[in-house]
Amino acid sequence: MRPKRTHLYTLAALALFTGLLAVADLTFDSFTLRVLDLCAIYVVLALSLNLVNGFTGLFSLGHAGFMAVGAYVSALLTMTPEQKEMNFFLEPIAPWLAHLSMPFVPALVVAGLLAAALGFLLGAPVLRLKDDYLAIATLGFAEIIRVILTNTQNITNGALGLKGLPRYATTWVVWGCAAASVAFMVLLGRSSYGRAMKAVRDDEIAAGAMGIDVFRVKVVSFTVSSFMAGVGGALLGSLLTTIDPKMFTFMLTFNIVLIVVLGGIGSITGSVIASIAVTILMEALRFLDGPLDLGVVQLEARPGLRMVVFSIGLMAVVLFRQRGLMGNREFSWSMLSRIGLLPRAGAADGAPGGKHGVA
Amino acid sequence: MTLALFLQHLANALSLGSLYALIAIGYTMVYGILRLINFAHGDVFMLGAYLAFYSVATFMLPWWGALLLAVLLTAAFGVGLEWVAYRPLRDSPRISVMISAIGASFLIENVAIVLFGGRPKGVTVPDVMNVKLTLGGVSIMSVSLVIPIITFVALAVLLWVVQRTRVGMAMRAVSTDLDAARLQAIDVNRIVSFTFGTGSLLAGVGGIMWSYKYPQLNPLMGVMPGLKCFIAAVIGGIGNIPGAVLGGFLLGGIELLTIAFLPTLTGYRDAFAFVLLIVVLLVKPSGLLGGAAVEKV
Repeated sequence: MRPKRTHLYTLAALALFTGLLAVADLTFDSFTLRVLDLCAIYVVLALSLNLVNGFTGLFSLGHAGFMAVGAYVSALLTMTPEQKEMNFFLEPIAPWLAHLSMPFVPALVVAGLLAAALGFLLGAPVLRLKDDYLAIATLGFAEIIRVILTNTQNITNGALGLKGLPRYATTWVVWGCAAASVAFMVLLGRSSYGRAMKAVRDDEIAAGAMGIDVFRVKVVSFTVSSFMAGVGGALLGSLLTTIDPKMFTFMLTFNIVLIVVLGGIGSITGSVIASIAVTILMEALRFLDGPLDLGVVQLEARPGLRMVVFSIGLMAVVLFRQRGLMGNREFSWSMLSRIGLLPRAGAADGAPGGKHGVA
Repeated sequence: MTLALFLQHLANALSLGSLYALIAIGYTMVYGILRLINFAHGDVFMLGAYLAFYSVATFMLPWWGALLLAVLLTAAFGVGLEWVAYRPLRDSPRISVMISAIGASFLIENVAIVLFGGRPKGVTVPDVMNVKLTLGGVSIMSVSLVIPIITFVALAVLLWVVQRTRVGMAMRAVSTDLDAARLQAIDVNRIVSFTFGTGSLLAGVGGIMWSYKYPQLNPLMGVMPGLKCFIAAVIGGIGNIPGAVLGGFLLGGIELLTIAFLPTLTGYRDAFAFVLLIVVLLVKPSGLLGGAAVEKV
């Protein structure tokens, strides 16, 4: 058991953060609140990419595809028949879809499950590939999804996208999902499955020799990551209330890769901190793109100078500090005591510290 | 479908395929030497087209002068890119190098958006390239005839260099085993620079030819052709130069002929290449002409 004091710190940090969220929810203007919510969504997405990239060592670039599936599924399940009719003016919506509707939480689960099913179907054959081949195959998959979404006019409304999605993704929902993802990743990291994933990452052949079913571990990791990406996409769609196929280009995957690399591949706290930092910076540096740009997320193909800064940041991290912010370590309270910010706890502990990095 | 129409489609497919082949050669050379997907290759392609455009529009060079200047600058840029983004990571895990490649690709694209502007630019096609040739009901623009010629000349020259010259021998040595090559007193960095220079030069030529064939430039024009040509290289067997050419022709042929025979699939055109990629990777990952790679423990 770890010393009691760190548990207290953790509880205090959680309570403080929940309090801050409550204050933010009540007092922030809608724009700031949206940025805050976006941070949480990026936490979910970054963790899901970190699960395959950092934990299991599979370099997947298909995240935008799974997100797109999640976003479209939850959008089509939560929109009312009238909203659907308004959107589909070029070609009427497929009859079986027109009256399908369910509350947000089940829709979120269905979105995740469908993305996971797709991840499983793709992963089963593609995960036999290694490194760069896997990367390019998953990237190709995301492109295929985007082309399909653009062309199935009576299901997805094609290139026009869907507008006026009901906004269920409130601050509490998105941060709840982020907290659940963090908790899941921490528990997974300590479980035998998580350790098997890390063993596969470090040395596949040795892991196989130790009796780990390497292929199964890879498929499970990929499928779970797809689930999280699907949920993240669904949340993003609900937050922005507008989705179209152009949103889910490689640019979106790039943003998530950026976050994971900056935070440190394999570090949960690193991903959390980097998600928040990058999302806020993306907004804070918006002035670089000129005064006319007032949108909330920049997903179009014209990001300009702001994206130059982020590309340079990514290059700099890869060239000069490959470990990113946290390496593959996790935040722990003993880290703070070591640099003298906290009184020293009894024993040094390097165990994953969970959510406190957020506060 | 009449015979003339079929021949017309075939001519278009050959022309597009040879353009793909030209760019795929660069991918395959770099991958053969460094085992690296040069994600920025498509952006080098874009840069070539823009450099030629500005040489004509701003510096008033004749088109052949612009072509020459742009191609040389593109080759130099490729060498510089390797120097900045890939050389420091020579001994790093492959994933780091790939992230660096992705970062470099995004950096070039975004700098291009800032410098050149995001609005598409119209290219003035030189008259020589813009002649309509008609033969037995099949009509093509002269540029579509020039591209296959360039591709085959490039293929012949490269095969000669790789198989018959000292540089080529060194390239083959580096490709087989980088460390062993270094022990044989081969200047590995020079060989890698040479490879990047040649690949980028061909990408530059490809970019300029692309801009003559589809006379419009935008900073993201290299993304899709870049991905497709990488796929062409994989289909042919990555690391194999004739394979890249074969893959380019196959991809161009499949893309255009599928659309010709099944016009309802036109909207899915960009997905063909990726479906083909996944199929090839699953059935024969070493590609059509590639040798089977042995996984070393």
